[in-house]
Order: sequence, then structure tokens, then C-alpha cells
Amino acid sequence: MLDNEDILLESHPRELTQNPLKKIWMPHRNGHIAHRRVCMTNCPTLIVTVGLPARGKTYISKKLTRYLNWIGVPTKEFNVGDYRRECLKIYKSFEFFRPDNEEGVKIRRQCAMSALNDVRQYLSVEGGQVAVFDATNTTRERRGTIMKFAEQNGFKVFFVESVCEDPEVIAQNIVQVKLGNPDYIHCSSDEAIEDFMKRIKCYESSYKPLDEDLDSDVSYIKIMDVGRRYLVNRVVDHIQSRIVYYLMNIHITPRSIYLCRHGESDLNIKGRIGGDSGLSARGKEYARHLRNFIEEQKIKDLKVWTSQMKRTIQTAECLGVPYEQWKSLNEIDAGVCEEMMYEEIQEHFPLEFALRDQDKYRYRYPKGESYEDLVQRLEPVIMELERQENVLVICHQAVMRCLLAYFLDKTSHELPYLKCPLHTVLKLTPVAYGCQVESVYLGVDAVNTHRDRPENVNVQRSTEDALQTVPAHL
Amino acid sequence: MEQENMRRSRCDSTASVPQFCNSPTVIVMVGLPARGKTYISKKLTRYLNWIGVPTKVFNVGQYRREAVKTYKNFEFFKPDNEEAMRIRKACASAALSDVAAYFAKEYGQVAVFDATNTTRERRAIINTFAKERGYKVFFVESICDDPDIIAENIKQVKFGSPDYIDRDIEEAMQDFVQRIECYKASYMPIDDEIDRKLSYIKIFDVGSRYLVNQVQDHIQSRIVYYLMNIHVTPRSIYLSRHGESELNLLGRIGGDSGLSPRGHKYAGALASFIRGQKIKDLKVWTSHMKRTIQTAETLGVQYEQWKALNEIDAGVCEELTYEEIQENFPEEFAMRDQDKYRYRYPKGESYEDLVHRLEPVIMELERQENVLVICHQAVMRCLLAYFLDKAGDELPYLRCPLHTVLKLTPVAYGCKVESFFLNIEAVNTHREKPKNVNVNRNPEEALLTVPDHI
Repeated sequence: MLDNEDILLESHPRELTQNPLKKIWMPHRNGHIAHRRVCMTNCPTLIVTVGLPARGKTYISKKLTRYLNWIGVPTKEFNVGDYRRECLKIYKSFEFFRPDNEEGVKIRRQCAMSALNDVRQYLSVEGGQVAVFDATNTTRERRGTIMKFAEQNGFKVFFVESVCEDPEVIAQNIVQVKLGNPDYIHCSSDEAIEDFMKRIKCYESSYKPLDEDLDSDVSYIKIMDVGRRYLVNRVVDHIQSRIVYYLMNIHITPRSIYLCRHGESDLNIKGRIGGDSGLSARGKEYARHLRNFIEEQKIKDLKVWTSQMKRTIQTAECLGVPYEQWKSLNEIDAGVCEEMMYEEIQEHFPLEFALRDQDKYRYRYPKGESYEDLVQRLEPVIMELERQENVLVICHQAVMRCLLAYFLDKTSHELPYLKCPLHTVLKLTPVAYGCQVESVYLGVDAVNTHRDRPENVNVQRSTEDALQTVPAHL
Repeated sequence: MEQENMRRSRCDSTASVPQFCNSPTVIVMVGLPARGKTYISKKLTRYLNWIGVPTKVFNVGQYRREAVKTYKNFEFFKPDNEEAMRIRKACASAALSDVAAYFAKEYGQVAVFDATNTTRERRAIINTFAKERGYKVFFVESICDDPDIIAENIKQVKFGSPDYIDRDIEEAMQDFVQRIECYKASYMPIDDEIDRKLSYIKIFDVGSRYLVNQVQDHIQSRIVYYLMNIHVTPRSIYLSRHGESELNLLGRIGGDSGLSPRGHKYAGALASFIRGQKIKDLKVWTSHMKRTIQTAETLGVQYEQWKALNEIDAGVCEELTYEEIQENFPEEFAMRDQDKYRYRYPKGESYEDLVHRLEPVIMELERQENVLVICHQAVMRCLLAYFLDKAGDELPYLRCPLHTVLKLTPVAYGCKVESFFLNIEAVNTHREKPKNVNVNRNPEEALLTVPDHI
């Protein structure tokens, strides 16, 4: 017998309609279908970090959260240290963390409880799917409390433990993210480092790492020495498998990622979207300037990636170095609107044009793609970018917006309106918990292809209202 | 090595993804007999070939069977059997030699060296061999002490082995257990400390735990991900196309039409069939196209829509008949017949692109248990090719007729296929490769193999 058979078979199948925004076929009455790419989670997942201070727990929490949100899994991190700072207002010294400081222990436990409460709110009430509980969680007792909490609320638990004894890595950690921390903002660097080392000592004596035997039934990944080695235990579902894969591909070796679009194309000049045209004269000049720029940057072992469209390949050819073509980097497929001007889209498909403005992220062109589809298509590119070191990605406007949104943690509302002008290189360098962005305009004029969201997105709007924000073109 | 670099000086790959393989990789299996090494070797090889990484298994046991012809008993494997030791060492060397030839002459990229490799000494020999030639090495060790699993293993794959083909089961079991004992004394698992510089994955107890060390590159990362997603729990995968569609009847390709009346009948028949199979916890997947969803709707259960399961995009040829394609794009039509796997429709996709698109589907199918996938002709061919290990030249011509369910059940080292035609007539949509694939051929020759339609 089929499980989940909770409606009677009707004599005719239900009628299907195509949702006008996403072009998804759905039964008339709101049936029980899941049109997500794959149902990631049945019950929500609680990810719990484990490890001494300065082992990269917050770095991992933030990065993982950013990745999951980008691929469409609503995720939020809960940093217990933040709760403690709320509660305590002023941090005096490491003495707060001494195991015999009863007052301190009480406050810290309260903070953890408060954070767990917010986790419950997020996962059970607000529709979150993954919560990342970022704290040391170094005792079996604390982890036991969390597991009980999760069981009571129907959450799955996955531990992420970071183990590292390399003093250089730890020192680098402290310099990168602790010195600028609110706790140490009024201290000198030396004072801060000294205090922090003593803080770590407070945890060391009671630290019980996840144990192969005692914790054999627990789902976890143990990351050792910043990714040299991993121990993975009892991965139970798809989301945990994806999380493990992601964590095993990220690294912290300093590097930069350069993002840019192809040089200005012939269709760009005409104000037409999509297509597979070649570079304009100015586009070719840009390619030459790009070569100079890259040479000046003196980048070690630079990899160059393009799409499989003529305009990115022409741009790369000018660099005179090997490059790899990815079909996944192709521009968003505008379906029936390919090679049209916005004016023509308004003329022939005014309804579609309005729907797109209403929800540019989810809107799928008829016989084409949406930004949401693009993100899915780009996920393997992001995964490989994480593995690589210095990379230059020569791509397209919508594609670049998606990649940028991943690195800069932009929401799906912001993503389709990120500014990615032609002839401008963005240099992204990971720093602390985020990404430093340097924008370099290479001094070659180009048309503007950025169309802001117009004020009136109503399907009844006038042509003028619709075309208000269309950039100038031939 | 120099030559390799020059060959790839700009970009000469027409695949849809960069291949990310510079130096060839030797995957070295490690583990006592009956720990699943050959199962993993074959499965991994099948996966890598499917995603476009030329891979081959080198099973030392086979070399030994070539050399020794008749297997007497476990005494051959006794550590003090000098004669046998010599033979076994020679077999390993022969296999390594063939690995080198595979890389140098046959453009192989990954070789899976399938043997016990249970001593440090043997592993060191392989490592040296690889380093000398600039190959990367990745060890895959399988550790299992669960007697039930081992017994099941022996039953599934050893009794049918050429070594035991004329024995009675009890005898075979006895002998094999003794064989395992021969290895146990000298078995040195990969050591966390001593081997800290090696790249490896240790698989414990059929996947409940993994230890991964020093993953060097993209292909090793993909291999680890794959190995961590496969399982051995018995289950079946059902593949079917949507019911016959309106466009099918007209002999038109692609599009997004609904089911024909016979197609609706099929959906009903499919529902009955599925009920009759009494499948535990069946998941149902469709594409985003109307015809697969309509087919699923009749089942009356939850289903998941995957855009990745959409039919191949025929670009400018969408919704055309083959006759119209021949009329409007005769050159394209011929080129497609010349290399149907790599041919990409203008503004559309190739089978090669499809495989890339379907890889996450395959990965999730590996994680899941009982699944029914309702998809399309080209998509189904790609999925089937993965399960049945069909290469790029066969894949686009696999037969996936309408109204027929294929039930795939993993068994031993492969996949059992049962085909169920649900007795509802439908048009034939299978077009064989015509004899003449030359761009100068005449329309008759081009259209020779087009199936009938309205």
C-alpha cells in the first residue's frame, strides 16, 4: 500500500493550472504537492557547534548560514556570546569564564536557554528550517541538554565540532576576529590576546570532545586542523549530507575572487536582452584593459572561468591565458523574450513584464528561467569556487548578481537589483566573517543595462509607468 | 606532462563543465575480503564514467584467476605459501602496468585498483609507483566487523564467483572464511598518525561513519561525496515516462502539452500497478512539465517536482516534427545523427548537458530508497544509462517506450531490470540511427527511421 494516501482517488485527475509567476503546474485546489526542487527537511534541523574558543565556530556558523539561505533553506544563527553581551553589557576580563565563577556560570546558562527559546520560536513558529546554535558546547552535559530540547520539539540535531591545536592558526584567528570584538574594543592588542588565551584555558579542563564510542548514535562532523581531516558520523538525511559536503569543501587560505561581466556586446548596445552576440568595439577594448588589469594584479595561479556564450569567451581570449568554460555560467534564459528590448516585452507581454516587476526573484520567463532557477544552476559553481583559490569569473549580469549575493549575503529581494555594471571588476577578498569588496571600473565606456524596479508594478499600469526605469539605448 | 599542459592551453573542452582533471588519479581500495571493495569499485567507476570522467577498474583477483586458471582452496592465500605470494605479487604488478597504459595510451583519468592492499608494504609500492609517474593517489578503506553483513556479502557475490562456481554452498562458505583469516594476521589498516600525509577515506560499517583525510582536489571531493551518499539497503527504483501526450501523437518533439486520452488511461493503469506493487514509503518525482505532473496526479499521493527532470531542450527545434527539422535544419539533423550524445540543439541542450543537469537527481536517488520517477524519453535514457552502465554511444538509443515501467533493483554488482508494459497502446517515439548520417544525404535517407505519427 502506498503511504501518504490521504485523499480518495477521484475518477478524473485534478485539473492543472500554471502559476503565472513561476510557471509551475499545480492542481486547482491547493493540493499536497511540494514544488521545491527537493524537500530538504521534514523536521527542522538544529546544527550545534562544538569547540574551544577561537576554533572557527562562528566563522563556520555564519558561512554555513549564508550558504543555506542562498540555496533557499531558511537558516538563522544564534550566537550565545551575543546573548551574553546583551545581558552583561560590559565585559571585564576572562575571570567571567572561570568554571568556579558561580554568578558567571548562572548567567551563561541563562543565555544559552534564552537562545534555545529563540531557536524554538524560529523553527516551530516562524517557519525556519535550520537553526545554527553557535556556542562552545564543550561539555557532555550541555550537549545532553540541547539534545533533549531538540527531541522535545521534534528537531533533528547535527553537531559540527572544530578541533585544532595548531598555535599559529589559533593566534591568526584571534587577530582576525577577536581583537575587533566588542569584548576587546577598549583593550590594546597585547592585553586582548593575553586575556583571550586565559579565557580559552577556562574551558580546556572541562572540554569533552565528541567521542567515537560514547557518541556513536549522534549525527556529527568533526573537523580537524582546519579541514585536513574529517570524521563524519551518522548522516541521516539530505540536508545533513549537503552540509557535510559544503563544510568539506571550504577553506581559509587567503585568496581573491574577481567577478566581472563580458565586455559590452552588440545586443547590449541595442538594449536587447539575452542572445549570443559578440563584443562591440568598446567591449573589445574592455577585454584589453582587463588583460592589463589582471597582469598588474600579479595574481598567483589565477584560474579563469567563462560561460559558453560568445561574449564571455571573446573577453577571455584576450587575456591570453587558459580558461575553462562552464555552461552553468550562461546568462539567464529569457525564453520567449530572448533578444527583445524591454519596450518590446512591454508591447507583446505586458502581463509578464508586470509579474516580473512584482517578484523578480521568483518570476520565470515563459519557456525560460527565473533567478531562483539560476541559483540552483550556479550551486556547483559556488561549490567549486569555495574549493579554489584565485579565480576570475567572466560572466553575465543576472549570473553575477547571483554569485555576488552569495558572497555578500544578500536576500532574494535584493539580489535581482544588485548593481553589476559592464566594464567593472569586483574583487572579493574574504576577511574576518565576511567579504571585502573592491570595485574597479576599467575606464571604458559602456551602456547601462541596469533596470530598477519601477514604482508601479500593477498589471494595469500604463506603458509609460512600465518603461520608466528602462536604461537608454540605441 | 608538458604535452598535457600544451593540449589544454586555451580551452578545448566542449563539455558543459570543466573536467578538473590534470594528473590522473589512482583510487586504491583497502580492506579484508568481503568488505565491499569490489562493490564500491564498480559502483564508483560506473558513476565517474557517467559524469564524464573516463574510469576503469583493475581487479587483481581477476589477474590471479587468469594466471592460476583453477582455484583449489584457501591454502593459496596462506601467507607462507611462497609460490602463491610470487604469483600474487606478479599479478599486482601486471595490474599496475595496465593502469599506466590506461592513463598513457587510452586517455583514462581515474583507475580503481581493486585488491585487498592490506599491508603497508603493498600500499607503499603503489604509492611509489604513482608518485614516479605523477599520478595522484586516493585510498578507500572499508572496515567492517559485523558478521551478518559479511555473511550477506559472501552469499551475494562470492558464491557466484568463478572461484566457487562448482562448490556446494557450505563448502564455499567454509573456504572463504578461512581465506579471510589468511589476511587478518597481516592486516594493517590505514593509520591516522603514520599515514597522516595520505589522502583517504575510511568507511566504517557500511557507511555509518567516515574518516576523511587530506582531500587534494575536485575529483577526490566528488568521490568522497558520492561514497558518503550510497547505501546498500534493498530497494527499487521505478522509471517511467509520462503518459502519451498530445504532441507525441503528432510526432512533435519537446513542448509542454497535456496527456492524450490514452495517456490519461496510462496514468490510471500506472496507479493500479503501483498499488499492486505494495511499495513501502514510495517517493514520487516528476518534472515541471505538465505531462509528467498530470500522470502523477492520478496516483493520488504526494509528489515532488524537479526542474532538473525536464525533457531535453530542443532549442530552435522545439515542437517540430522530424520532417520539419529535416526541412529547416538538414545539417543540424545530420550532425545529430553523427554524434547524438554530444550534439547540442541550437539554443538548446545535448545529452551530455542533460547528464550534468541530472547529476543531483542521481545523487538524491542514491540517498533514497523506493522511488518512482516519472520523466521523459531523453531524461529516462540518461538515468537508465547510469544504472545499467551504458556508455555515451549507446545512451541516446536506449529504448524507453511510452506506457512501460522499468523496475530497477540493485543486486550483486549490478542492477536487475524488469520491464512492465501496462497494456495501453501508444505511439512509438523511438528513432533509430539511420544508415546514412552524411550531411549530403537526401531527405528520404534522413527520415528513414522516423516513427509513424499523425
